[in-house]
Amino acid sequence: MTAKLSASDLTLIRGERCLFTGVGFALDPGQLMLLEGANGSGKTSLMRGIVGMLDFEEGEVRWQGEPIRSHRQPFFDAMVWMGHRVGFKADLTVAENLRFEQSLRRSRTTDLDAVLERLEIGRLKSLPLRSLSAGQQRRVALARMLMADAELWLMDEPFTNLDREGRKLVETLVTEHLRRNGMCVMAAHQDVSIDAPIERVLLQ
Amino acid sequence: MNAADAMSPGLGSALAGMIKRDLLLAWKRPGDILNPLFFFAMVCTLFPLAVGPSVEQLEFAGPGVLWVAALLSMLLSLNSLFLSDFEDGSLEQLLVSPQPLVVLALGKTVAYWLTSGLPLVLLSPALAITFRMPADTIGVLMTTLALGTISLSLLGSIGAALTVGLHRGTALLSLLILPLAMPVLIFGARTVSLAAAGDVFSTGIYALAAYAVGALTLAPYATAAALRISNE
Repeated sequence: MTAKLSASDLTLIRGERCLFTGVGFALDPGQLMLLEGANGSGKTSLMRGIVGMLDFEEGEVRWQGEPIRSHRQPFFDAMVWMGHRVGFKADLTVAENLRFEQSLRRSRTTDLDAVLERLEIGRLKSLPLRSLSAGQQRRVALARMLMADAELWLMDEPFTNLDREGRKLVETLVTEHLRRNGMCVMAAHQDVSIDAPIERVLLQ
Repeated sequence: MNAADAMSPGLGSALAGMIKRDLLLAWKRPGDILNPLFFFAMVCTLFPLAVGPSVEQLEFAGPGVLWVAALLSMLLSLNSLFLSDFEDGSLEQLLVSPQPLVVLALGKTVAYWLTSGLPLVLLSPALAITFRMPADTIGVLMTTLALGTISLSLLGSIGAALTVGLHRGTALLSLLILPLAMPVLIFGARTVSLAAAGDVFSTGIYALAAYAVGALTLAPYATAAALRISNE
């Protein structure tokens, strides 16, 4: 029985430099995968490789046993990505941005207000994104994860720009997601307090 | 998950959502639409002043000038088609969205045509008058411009997608697009000239329409592939 998300012997070369070699992992529902490593060790590149934005030199990532490169759609259907940048338009309001998101992917909930209230940004709903602080914008990015009916969350440094309450909120949300039998891949350089089976991948 | 049996939004919803989002963005930043339009209007109004008031010369040069100005004005705004999405991370989100990138690229191109090509078509009659173009030729001009700008938007989206990761890719973008745009320019301007002279002109319109259909069929796939390459 193979794990739901698995990879073995991943090698990634950027330019002249080999970022990592022989990286592998196996992740099942309810588990959190934590990518650890110093700055520049290739955490973000590994994440981008998993979602198919970068090509690995060797090895492949499999979703439900099928290589992601050749079976893109089932994987993208089941995941949602939170990158360094928010990925929303600065000129549109929070609500307009999230409604566009709803037209693209299956939603777990259509109640926008409840989601925003949960993230403590309910009163910002009709403000353009550019007038929000960096931390508030990160919370809007979290709203994308909460609304999406996706099994796998991929979060690249989700704690950036967040205050202490924000950090706690991310940890709570991820814990809840894992309890619902979701999966999460997270790159973080701080330790996280999430009560779930954690698979650690250390990049040198 | 309480809505596990819910269906994913269909292709239509994704296409409509993409078009709506880009139109909304254009509405909030009207300058991005108006700049190329001003450029088009300025070239077409300055030209008669420079050439002189000779009616034959204006009637002779009109179709060519209008067409070249329209082409350059499209190139002017093409650079920004994917640029803001690339910079704010929206493009990454589109790349990993459950919807096919081809549909999203097509949606963006449709919105782009609605905010850059269509205004040119609608403005062209006013400018055609400065070249003493007869009324029935103006209809031909608008038809060729409509078909031509559709092709240019689609071809341009390939170039814009290829150069989005490069800084100052404008010159390269023009170099990539112009060879593909030449047939559009030649057929477009020539058709209007033939119509003005009272000759048979429908062949040109058929050719432009065929070119537009071909671009509509193939370009979104090339654009989607180019976007994946550019985002590496």
